[in-house]
Amino acid sequence: MAKYSLKINGKTQQVDVDPLTPILWVLRDHLNLQGTKYGCGIAQCGACTIHLNGMAVRSCQLPVSSIGRQEITTIEGLSENGTHPVQEAWLEHDVAQCGYCQSGQIMTAVALLKNNPNPSDEDIEATISGNICRCGTYLRIKEAIKTAAKK
Amino acid sequence: MMENKKTYTRRSFIQSSVLAGGGLMLSFSWFSEAKAVEKGLSFNLMGDWNQLNGYIQITTDNIVKIMCPNPEFGQNVMTSLPMIAAEELDVDWKDVKVEMASHDNVKFGNQFTGGSNSVRAYWKPLRNAGASARQMLIEAAAQTWNVPASEITTKVGILSHSSGKTAKYGEMAAKAASIAVPKEVKLKSPKDFSIIRNSRKNIEGVKIVTGKPLFGMDYSMEGMQIAMVQHPPAFGMKLKSFDASAALKMPGIKDVFSIKIFEEGSNRGAFETRTFNELIAIVGKSTWEVMNARKVLKVDWEIAPERKEFMMVRGNKVEEITPYGLESTDLHFEKMREWAKKPAKVLRRDGDPENAFNNAAVVIERTYNAPFLAHNCMEPINFFAHVEADKALFVGPLQAPNFADATLAARFGLPADKIEILMTRMGGGFGRRAYHHYMVEAGLISQRAKTPIKLIYSREDDMTYGIYRPMYTATYRAALDVNKNLIGFHVTGGGIPENPIHANRFPAGAVDNYLADGWEIPSNITIGAFRAPRSNFNAAAEQSFLDEVAEAMGKDPIQLRLDLLKKAKERPVGSNNDYDPGRYIGVLELLMEKSGWGKSENAGKKRGVAAYFCHASYAGHVVDMVLRDGLPYVERVISAVDCGVVVNPDAATNMVQGAVVDGIGQSFYGALTHKNGAAEQNNFHNYRMIRANEVPQKIEVHFVQNDIDPTGLGEPPFPPVFGAVANALFQTTGQRYYNQPFVSDQGQPKS
Ligand code: FES
Ligand code: FES
Repeated sequence: MAKYSLKINGKTQQVDVDPLTPILWVLRDHLNLQGTKYGCGIAQCGACTIHLNGMAVRSCQLPVSSIGRQEITTIEGLSENGTHPVQEAWLEHDVAQCGYCQSGQIMTAVALLKNNPNPSDEDIEATISGNICRCGTYLRIKEAIKTAAKK
Repeated sequence: MMENKKTYTRRSFIQSSVLAGGGLMLSFSWFSEAKAVEKGLSFNLMGDWNQLNGYIQITTDNIVKIMCPNPEFGQNVMTSLPMIAAEELDVDWKDVKVEMASHDNVKFGNQFTGGSNSVRAYWKPLRNAGASARQMLIEAAAQTWNVPASEITTKVGILSHSSGKTAKYGEMAAKAASIAVPKEVKLKSPKDFSIIRNSRKNIEGVKIVTGKPLFGMDYSMEGMQIAMVQHPPAFGMKLKSFDASAALKMPGIKDVFSIKIFEEGSNRGAFETRTFNELIAIVGKSTWEVMNARKVLKVDWEIAPERKEFMMVRGNKVEEITPYGLESTDLHFEKMREWAKKPAKVLRRDGDPENAFNNAAVVIERTYNAPFLAHNCMEPINFFAHVEADKALFVGPLQAPNFADATLAARFGLPADKIEILMTRMGGGFGRRAYHHYMVEAGLISQRAKTPIKLIYSREDDMTYGIYRPMYTATYRAALDVNKNLIGFHVTGGGIPENPIHANRFPAGAVDNYLADGWEIPSNITIGAFRAPRSNFNAAAEQSFLDEVAEAMGKDPIQLRLDLLKKAKERPVGSNNDYDPGRYIGVLELLMEKSGWGKSENAGKKRGVAAYFCHASYAGHVVDMVLRDGLPYVERVISAVDCGVVVNPDAATNMVQGAVVDGIGQSFYGALTHKNGAAEQNNFHNYRMIRANEVPQKIEVHFVQNDIDPTGLGEPPFPPVFGAVANALFQTTGQRYYNQPFVSDQGQPKS
């Protein structure tokens, strides 16, 4: 066990956990931030996507000890009521079916648009093909990203 | 908040079961005990709720709460079901709040999410609930204003009388709650619908995009521990012994023990599929700690003997044998070939099929195969349980609370009204969450560890546990006479451990000499319902076969279907054909129109078509395929569906688009294989799922417009995708595809 001070969604939070604990489980089990999802645990599905200094990363593969002073943003950090432009676009296109993959999809999309405000269709596909949606909402995800890019 | 308060009187049973089930209304008051009962998961609205019936409550300041009776797994029932009640109630949709009902089959009926049944089953009860509540509000206003009820009208939540008096529903709600439920109510004519048929956004949309804890995985309670289970590494094995001493020393670990899910010799109930009966449970403080402790468990497994179980089927005790041994996919194929040669059980026979085949000028015979499929719901299996001496609470994702209820009551020796089941949003279901073994597991762990626990399956646990879509095969034969008329049709279906045949479906009824038969090979690999069970294979095989028959007959594939359906409509063969040929024809015609089928501008397109009937609905697709980097790619899909009245069109479109994507993915890549009893795929690195770069650019969805009461939607669009994809593959590559998955892991199409 070791103590870590983590900057998450603009707040500093303390945890005392095994250094190898993936940040996914630190968020979910220790900090009550349940928006980040577990889907595979092996960096294959993207359900656990968060931002580390603005970059999309797979939190299931990221030990807490590797975070240091880098800033974490989770889905809860985008907005309280769904007012982030990407969230708004998601609502406009009514993307979700079951919804389980969607926080990972949204976090992936937000990071994409941050680094590439006008992505081509190929850019969008290449980026989000790392995120599985079992319900098959991919077409709406792509449309929502295009709408968000215009905002 | 979690204590159990359910008390039912005989009277409340009649009142609410009638409303939930049959849709008839009886006239007596049901409000005396209603207030105490409401305990949904998301219940956080304050206010003075006036309960008008089991589904509808209204506050004095005009907020309308509508209960969603059926579990939500992405089919959007939390929006579409309340829309039905809101329509008849005649309220402003923006005043409506929706709450997921807890399990209460007395108030809410069967509460079964499966079989594309939610809207179908609740269409009448919810319309009645809305209309009767509206009538009671009118009655309350009539009494208050001292005018005849017949003179009062409503308009989006406002009651008015010709004298100029008006009131919001909320003002009359308290009084309305004390008025007798009307015996009969008049329902709206479909032409007057203003909420139904008008798209409404997902009621939980904002919660989903902001990451609110909606799912079973997200549920937690003070003092809750995390539990995981270790199941045998292969089907056909069982626990011999284990040594938990190292695991128990790991940080955060509270307990390790084995659990027996079902008592030996107990009868098997509905949805009580028993894959592995004894598991090792690991209980600890956090998920990561439990995962780590699992790694140092020492376990000896052994071969399980043959198992005999009894199931109650329509009041009869039926014996079921689970065979002994470690099975492999290679052997499965060998066995299927062997069984296909044996005489099969006749399921339907019309005319003289043997004679037709003997006299045929041409016989076409093709065999189709499909593998086991894992459901792979995005949210792995999980459930919360807190079992105490005299009561139990279960919270999590499940499709069939009403069946779980009976299992839990028997297993924990508690009366049903001491078991509370709360349904969370499900991160997918697809049939998998109708099998509630995991609730029993969670309950046993909680009971033994004497603490509230949340049971979590890892992705690997989830994928290798079983309850798969069965492995299927079917051989189709068509007999053509010298003039290329179809004079005989024969399908033999086999499966492990279930045959896929729906004997009374098309083309039964359309061919004079018809034979359907089937056989089954028992297995210890367990199976379960998977989005459109059996249909998801039949539509692939039969619809590809018809394509080849059309080719041999020199007919357009849609025209062949239309000709056969016309015959089934005008001169049906046999009397128990499951489908309505007229609706089938309607879908094909819509598909032709919307896809520009046969039009010269589409002459260069590589197109495949298929249509299928299941769950009382009709769906068809035209798939346009191209080769992209040498590999088949579905570029565009045009879909036509007849599911009766479409309650929420945009959400329904989303569902059909999802079914198309799912169908392309499963037909291209889906497969779960076995070696020495063990699943060879255990996570998404070796079980290929369709991804965003592999989906069509466009999926255009069209619904047949009619006023038929809603029929199913979640499943029907899924099966025909397989057939349309197979037929488009032939157009694109010149080869017929008989074995799923069509595209191997290397990305090369195989035939
Ligand atoms: S849970 Fe991290 S990528 Fe799947
Ligand atoms: S919406 Fe269900 S997995 Fe994406």
